[in-house]
Amino acid sequence: MTATAAAGAPSGRRLVLMNERTAYWLMVAPAALLMAAFYFYPLAEVLWISVTEPKPGLDNYAQLFTSASIRRTIVTTLRICVLTTAITILLGYVVAYVLVHASPRAQRWLFLGVLVPLWISVLVRAFAWVTLLAREGLINTTLRDAGLIEQPLALIWNEFGIVIGMVHYMIPYAVLPLYANMRDIDPRTVSAARGLGGSRFYSFRRVFLPQSLPGIIGATVLVFIFSLGFFVTPAILGGGKTLMIAEYISLQILDLLRWGLGTMLASTMVLFIFVLLAALARVVDLKRLFGAG
Amino acid sequence: MSELRQSVVVDRMVKRYGRVAAVDDVTLQIDRGEFVTLLGPSGSGKTTILMAIAGFVQPTSGEILLDGRAITRQPPEHRNFGMVFQGYALFPHMTVFENVAFALRARGRPNQEVGRRVTEALDMVQLGPYAARMPRQLSGGQQQRVALARALVFTPHLLLLDEPLSALDKKLRAELQLELKALHERVGLTFLYVTHDQDEALSMSDRIAILRDGKLVQFGRPRELYERPATRFVADFLGKSNFLAGRAEGPDGATLAYSCGSLRLRQALDGPAPPPGSPVLIALRPEKIAVVADAVPDTANAVSGRIAQWSYSGTHFHLLVDTDAAGRMTATVPSWRCRIEPETGRLVHLGWDPDATVIVTDDGAPPPGAIQ
Repeated sequence: MTATAAAGAPSGRRLVLMNERTAYWLMVAPAALLMAAFYFYPLAEVLWISVTEPKPGLDNYAQLFTSASIRRTIVTTLRICVLTTAITILLGYVVAYVLVHASPRAQRWLFLGVLVPLWISVLVRAFAWVTLLAREGLINTTLRDAGLIEQPLALIWNEFGIVIGMVHYMIPYAVLPLYANMRDIDPRTVSAARGLGGSRFYSFRRVFLPQSLPGIIGATVLVFIFSLGFFVTPAILGGGKTLMIAEYISLQILDLLRWGLGTMLASTMVLFIFVLLAALARVVDLKRLFGAG
Repeated sequence: MSELRQSVVVDRMVKRYGRVAAVDDVTLQIDRGEFVTLLGPSGSGKTTILMAIAGFVQPTSGEILLDGRAITRQPPEHRNFGMVFQGYALFPHMTVFENVAFALRARGRPNQEVGRRVTEALDMVQLGPYAARMPRQLSGGQQQRVALARALVFTPHLLLLDEPLSALDKKLRAELQLELKALHERVGLTFLYVTHDQDEALSMSDRIAILRDGKLVQFGRPRELYERPATRFVADFLGKSNFLAGRAEGPDGATLAYSCGSLRLRQALDGPAPPPGSPVLIALRPEKIAVVADAVPDTANAVSGRIAQWSYSGTHFHLLVDTDAAGRMTATVPSWRCRIEPETGRLVHLGWDPDATVIVTDDGAPPPGAIQ
């Protein structure tokens, strides 16, 4: 098409282009508005409150380094999360390993077993653990009736109970990325290692394990980040004695009405998670890890 | 065959998956230093046999013997066999050097020895300069060589190769066939090779075992198999054949006279003649047919027909000839010997000697893609 023709006629082509672009924007607009109104705005508000309440400045953030109770909560949270993550990854690795090596039929049942807990409310699961672990719960009464213990074991209302509940909740989140990674490992490489004289364990350690490392890293970060924000499970299984950060925040805001402190902790956590994710993105392909592409 | 010359024996091996027998009563004796190929279409059980020898598949019954000792229940890591997998199965997270070093490290060899032997193995396959690369940085042919070096570095009893060339393009494949054969001569190891490619099998092997539906059909030297196929399947799978279904009439000197439709033909005999009146199936290689245009050839067997189709490949003319008496036949004539100008519809005479053909057992339909 020549320039004169393009200039002469009211450019039909450009009109279509503009229309298309407008149409695209119109199509994403509802979702974008929804995100802005119900997600980004409250988040910005939280950030804003954290530097304005009770008076403008970074006083709230200074408490991160001065308040003993905050430090205690953070240390408790990190300890529980590290422990939960370590146990979850170990158990999840075993489950994913079995899944990858199972027959297609067995695989379907195993997957059901992994996924069903995901469909059950976290509240229901926490209370299920209470009935199992409580002083007069199934485990303690059974052990006592069997004469193995005299005093009930303290299985709940402590960190032990919290970790059990959290591990149970987190296992599918470890299994899925680990499974996705292991499925891509060529099983013949392990056969090759055996054929070359490597024992079962040697071949696993030198050939399978290193190839599953991206999956381990991905699952670890995912599980760790999720564990940081746990609220319901620690609240129920911790019995109010062990405070994790999410419960601490809710306590500040809902009971003590210290909005500034609560939002400061929330903002700090969001920032911490972003830093973790950024570090993760340097090691593995995030999109692939979380199922896209 | 003396016990000492045998390297590997597969003794009455059966492998069932559910009700399907992937390998059905196969016995093979492989001599020390031999290059033996298991050849067959997919699903013939050749890979299952190889995997059983390697130790990755447990036979349902039967034994695998190494130098007369049963190893059927030994785990693969104790067998000391080198193996080149289909697709190579290189360790993607290790350098070429570490890939090749794996077997030595698994055996706990000292570092100095590992370094020396890996370097030797890589030099043997001309990959010395690539030691520090990762497998994904190599071409298909180079990866194949790494797999070879990895399987040979620990001087195994035996080298198992599972379609090692199938992923490569045709030219590279021909090159590596020659290399493999030269390597076999140099290292003097027993090679057991699995392929579905008949040209590969013919050009490299000392002996070929032809498998079909889990059964061993024929085991012999390439030339023997090509010249004297035992069954219709072998005659058709290894090269191409025309088949003449006839009826034995009786011995006539050193030949068997038989009828095929209205034709009377002769077949050289090197055993007892089939009883008169019994059906016989005769296999005739397309290149053993003389094609004459003007006169009936003076060979003992002759049939006339018209050219239905023809093609030219530079070295050869390929003719499809519709004969009245024996149906459609294929003839391959070297270009330099082809005195006629092929032309569709042209009348030609086909002739062949009594010893150009063989009597084969009719073991059913040939594999798909084979000529009739």
